[in-house]
Amino acid sequence: MNRRPLSPHLQIYRPQLTSVLSILHRGTGIVIAVGSLLTAAWLLAVATGAEAFNVASCLVNSIPGKVLVLAWSACTAYHLCNGIRHLAWDAGFGFELHQVYLTGRLVLVGTILITAGAWLA
Amino acid sequence: MAEFRLPKNSRVIRGKHFKDPGDGDPRTVHVYRWDPDAGGNPRIDSYDVDMRECGPMVLDILIRIKNAIDSTLTFRRSCREGICGSCAMNINGVNTLACIAPVDDLRGDIRIYPLPHMSVIKDLVSDMSQFYAQYASVKPWLQSDSPTTDQERLQSESDREKLDGLYECILCACCSTSCPSYWWNGDRYLGPAALLQAYRWIADSRDDAAGERLDELDDAFKLYRCHTIMNCTNTCPKGLNPARAISEIKKSIHARK
Repeated sequence: MNRRPLSPHLQIYRPQLTSVLSILHRGTGIVIAVGSLLTAAWLLAVATGAEAFNVASCLVNSIPGKVLVLAWSACTAYHLCNGIRHLAWDAGFGFELHQVYLTGRLVLVGTILITAGAWLA
Repeated sequence: MAEFRLPKNSRVIRGKHFKDPGDGDPRTVHVYRWDPDAGGNPRIDSYDVDMRECGPMVLDILIRIKNAIDSTLTFRRSCREGICGSCAMNINGVNTLACIAPVDDLRGDIRIYPLPHMSVIKDLVSDMSQFYAQYASVKPWLQSDSPTTDQERLQSESDREKLDGLYECILCACCSTSCPSYWWNGDRYLGPAALLQAYRWIADSRDDAAGERLDELDDAFKLYRCHTIMNCTNTCPKGLNPARAISEIKKSIHARK
């Protein structure tokens, strides 16, 4: 008897708003955690003195630095919005499929608005 | 740690191409094949199916292939009306029942796989023993303290209504095998189908074992591997809502703490 194969899963399952937003929530959570360490490093530089602060501020204001901070703020905005969605679920609200899709899209719009607001304000 | 790649023996290779003896209105269908006697890696065979000779549902395509093109194709089917759950499979990336999936709803080539992340017995037939064992583990029967009489156990209309959206589950396993959490932790996480069934008894006014049922489920893996991904509700061919049933179990456990 030949050993049975495992049927394809991730490789074939169609990505959909439900699963994509869920894995994004986890991904953004990890990014935020790493970003908070970098924020702590920046605060340390501020506390250390003018020279360290200059180095840190150069890094943050460089193009790659700005891209990283932008990504980090977008992740924070997403995690915040989707976190509220999860709180509603934990309280037992929003389980109808049309609500799941509506709140999912609202989370995406909210992420864009909050991120844009933080950078343009 | 979850294994995201398929094991070596499970990677899919390209298979053969078959033509329908009829030549009207062909539709190309790609089907997952694995033969336990031949062994080797699973492959994708392609069939040009004559849609004029074929009924309206995806199951009709499979029956047409088996009858007219390639009799070795193996799949489960029985009722052909969405009540037995036998023909659950992955069609164009989503789990559903082939017998109630209209071909006209699908665009382009059709891709048919067995239910995801399951041990394959042959072609589209997967091993359901673990799934059924998980169902049995929630003790899906009435446990009542009141003595048996000659009469039915009565229930008010509003109590009966609480079972709507639960009793219709046919255990086709579409939901559980659509759930990434079940893919990675199916050995310990019960999955949406078994949990919806568990809640069906917790919610039943005639059942007196809700306390023990909740004790049994209050477990980091059995219940709390549900991360509200919602693939289950998205895919249920009966339009049920396993995610909400799981949420109700979580709420009941929280309420008594």
